Amino acid sequence: MSSKKLIIIKLLTAVLIITALVISARSFLAHRNYKETVVAGPSVTEVKTLGDYFEPIKNTVADCNIYILDSGKPGAIFFVIGGTHPEEPAANLSAEILAENATLEKGKLIVAIRANRSASTVTRPGDAYPQFYTIKTDWGEKKYRMGDRWTNPLDSWPDPEVYVHYPSKQMLAYMDIRNFNRTWPGKKDGSFTEQVNYAFMQIIKQEKVDLFIDFHEAELEYPVISTIVAHESGRNIAAMASMMLTDMEFEKPISMEFSPKSLHGLSHREVGDYSDAISLLFETPEPFLDRVRGITDEHLLLEGKDPFVQRAGEFGLLYETIDEDGWPIEVRVGRHCSTALMVAQIWNQMNPGKEIKIKNVPKYAEIIKNGVGHYFKNPANMDSDRIYYE
Amino acid sequence: MGIINSIIEFSYYLISAFIAFILLREIVKTKDAQEAVLYSVIIIPFILRILRIK
Ligand SMILES: [Zn+2]
Repeated sequence: MSSKKLIIIKLLTAVLIITALVISARSFLAHRNYKETVVAGPSVTEVKTLGDYFEPIKNTVADCNIYILDSGKPGAIFFVIGGTHPEEPAANLSAEILAENATLEKGKLIVAIRANRSASTVTRPGDAYPQFYTIKTDWGEKKYRMGDRWTNPLDSWPDPEVYVHYPSKQMLAYMDIRNFNRTWPGKKDGSFTEQVNYAFMQIIKQEKVDLFIDFHEAELEYPVISTIVAHESGRNIAAMASMMLTDMEFEKPISMEFSPKSLHGLSHREVGDYSDAISLLFETPEPFLDRVRGITDEHLLLEGKDPFVQRAGEFGLLYETIDEDGWPIEVRVGRHCSTALMVAQIWNQMNPGKEIKIKNVPKYAEIIKNGVGHYFKNPANMDSDRIYYE
Repeated sequence: MGIINSIIEFSYYLISAFIAFILLREIVKTKDAQEAVLYSVIIIPFILRILRIK
């Protein structure tokens, strides 16, 4: 090849590669820096951030909003978090419905929508994850960052050969040092994610939380699904809630199970062990997470329909049923909201004199009828002091 | 632990920069067009990592 021809090829390649670099860099940065809008609901009396409870977190990527909904009347204090695993959209969407809609008539509700913010700033391009998803509302579309299960490696790296959980010393998989639901109760001078958990434990202690709820979703291939996982201190509430919901509200049952005493780092175990709060974790089915899934896109994420997952079900390989209707986001968010409300109702029956009264949060049937987006307010019509960014 | 992690993280960026530099040098030096294209594709993730974008 002549040297002139070679130089032309090299120059052309350089142009193409620089173009690819600029396009991909812009796309990654747009995702990492995208801000989701939240309209603080009528009962939100204060919006703190995680750094207010643990100074080293302040103004870092982990410094998520903490919405405080205070009735002003003494009662129970509930703390609900979404976004432990940002690849589970029903969790942050349900938490957002609470923050935007709940009115407190007694007691206090604390909400975090993006508990592990860092994990919501990265997706899995290698797994074909979409970068964003949109929810239709009555006033247009609302866009969200799709996230990952683990803290962004840009914020926490390297991982150890083996992750030794603190303080149990249990050995866990290396990448789970970045898994916000394997690093409870956290460590003051620990890894990035352990410090985020530590900060959340400070909220639970300083705010004297009575009951803690962690929203999740799971693949249908995984046995812990459609359930309330309860620390032993919450077993009665979880058992009653699962019976009532299965009997009165849900088409497909929700079960309850005990938090294993020997499995460490999970919220349903450690929050109950290391604080006075009752700890519960809710799971809904998310076919998007199944290994055998087909096309991995926003439709699968939000509609929960997949012929391959359905086929796996026909072979009896799943722990939850799935048909051609799939598991749409309305059903999943509806289950989370109704389960939280039912837990509050049962708490009130068991703790007379120390009730929490949460009104205006839609239940399962309403969310299926009206859609998730119906419960999100248009930021354009709101005073700027009610608008927050996640 | 934190200090060791920071040293490893810093070294990792140095290694990434070093590999990117070697690749760039090869792209300039090589007489094989196919090699130049191949190395150009390989260099992308290194540059994105050095810039802390991905
Ligand atoms: Zn999860």
